[in-house]
Amino acid sequence: MDALLQFLFSGLTVGAVYALVALGFTIIYNASDVVNFAQGEFVMLGGMITVFAFEAGLPLPLAALLAILVTSAIGVALNKLAIEPARGAPVVSLIIITIGASIVIRGATQLVFDKQLHRFPSFSGDDPIHVLGATILPQSLWVIGGALAVFVGLWIFFTRTLTGKAVLATANNRVAAQLVGINTGWVMTLSFGLSAAIGAFAGVLVTPITLVGYDVGVALALKGFAAAMLGGMGNPKGALLGGLLLGCFEALTAGYLSSQYKEAVAFIVILGVLFVMPQGLFGSKSTERV
Amino acid sequence: MLTVEGLRSRYGRIEVLHGLDLEVSSGEIVTVVGANGAGKTTLLKCLSGTQPVSDGTIVFRGESFASVPAHKRLKRGLAQSPEGRQIFTNLTVEENLRLGAFLFTDERVDRDMADAFAMFPILKEKRNLAAGGLSGGQQQMLAIARALMGRPHCLLLDEPSMGLAPLLVAQIFDVVKSLKERDVTVLLVEQNAYGALKIADRGYVMETGRITMTGAAPDLIADPRIREAYLGL
Ligand SMILES: Nc1ncnc2c1ncn2[C@@H]1O[C@H](COP(=O)(O)OP(=O)(O)OP(=O)(O)O)[C@@H](O)[C@H]1O
Ligand SMILES: [Mg+2]
Repeated sequence: MDALLQFLFSGLTVGAVYALVALGFTIIYNASDVVNFAQGEFVMLGGMITVFAFEAGLPLPLAALLAILVTSAIGVALNKLAIEPARGAPVVSLIIITIGASIVIRGATQLVFDKQLHRFPSFSGDDPIHVLGATILPQSLWVIGGALAVFVGLWIFFTRTLTGKAVLATANNRVAAQLVGINTGWVMTLSFGLSAAIGAFAGVLVTPITLVGYDVGVALALKGFAAAMLGGMGNPKGALLGGLLLGCFEALTAGYLSSQYKEAVAFIVILGVLFVMPQGLFGSKSTERV
Repeated sequence: MLTVEGLRSRYGRIEVLHGLDLEVSSGEIVTVVGANGAGKTTLLKCLSGTQPVSDGTIVFRGESFASVPAHKRLKRGLAQSPEGRQIFTNLTVEENLRLGAFLFTDERVDRDMADAFAMFPILKEKRNLAAGGLSGGQQQMLAIARALMGRPHCLLLDEPSMGLAPLLVAQIFDVVKSLKERDVTVLLVEQNAYGALKIADRGYVMETGRITMTGAAPDLIADPRIREAYLGL
């Protein structure tokens, strides 16, 4: 029982990070139908930039804020330099562009920073909190709380604000969106900026637990993608739940089977979803009629 | 209100509008009739800015539209209900209407929405349903209502009668006619030439990218060439 709870705590912690990556996917997917495989690099950049700004002497909150802003700007640049010029290309080409971009970002990070693993201090110390015989790190609570906060924020954004609806409208029908006065170019800029910021935020939260290096983004993009698929691509609720579930699956697999199998869980989830329920848990069946 | 001169447009290397002249005055209902593939939709897309113009000028309410991007044209007072309706299928009927008034946040938005529901009561019944689930006729109503939410001075309508049952066609044309009382000028593009000319003040006949005839709507209906080619009489 204690062991189960312990596995679930660690599962929820990594799951919250996957959820944040998946939420980042959700925004760009909602605006453009593109799955942005550079999303994992945003997490990495959030961690790396915070590390180096902190070591350069900035207080941690400022370093984190700087990292989020810079990463957000990189997200906007990715859209302007790579996605926008290829507008009109098939979605698959755009997805391949994001994979290319992620390779470029990794390479550049290696050059600008280094190839080492880094961390900075946890926000609220490293003394484990005891709950029902299991323990959880204070930083884990930050990660889980952060994922929940981002989820609620996005949910409000997409369901309650006109700007959020404009993002959905742009994804649904770009030309019609322009006809009602929506600047669809700006919607894309907003989407990339916002999802890069969310990715960087995840990196800031999780680095004290998992450490950060230039190449941590690849696995995160894959896991986040699996989480988004599981929950239903494009749905914030699905992204949150898919992330948490995937994290728990992994932790339980590692705990009860072997940590060797852990990495396979994401693949199995992707394949399982594709075969059994391509819409995911919350994906809406598209109802189109001509 | 709207003056078009020498308008040319192309898809790739193939030119489909070969220098069009057209004029719409304030308060008019003007129709452009023409067969399949004449270029009617292309004309409206040029006007709304969603299709590039290769030559010629579009002047709307005294302003050249040459450098006004599509998303800024509604603010200038020009709305379009596009071919194929192009509603936001994943969003609800009400969200579609609210987005029609994307440019506005004042209290008039609620009043306009109530107006739209009065105009098309079926939309009120289905306000919380995904627009993609509406029937063709209901989607057409939604497309028109959404365009009106943008408070246009001039509304471009692309084949609102397409694919609809006769009773619905009559209802839609009645609504178009009633736009006059709302001070909305209308440019209506139709293959259903008879229905369109009956409610219009003036008409243009378009053939393969050119205007071949123009005149008062009653004269066009009476013209033997039109009766034969477009009205099947
Ligand atoms: N996206 C496109 N790419 C290439 N050619 C096109 C495109 N859209 C239309 N065309 C061509 O341009 C010409 C004019 O088409 P357009 O759609 O403007 O005609 P239309 O009068 O609206 O016809 P309909 O009554 O069938 O709607 C046609 O020959 C058509 O084949
Ligand atoms: Mg057409």
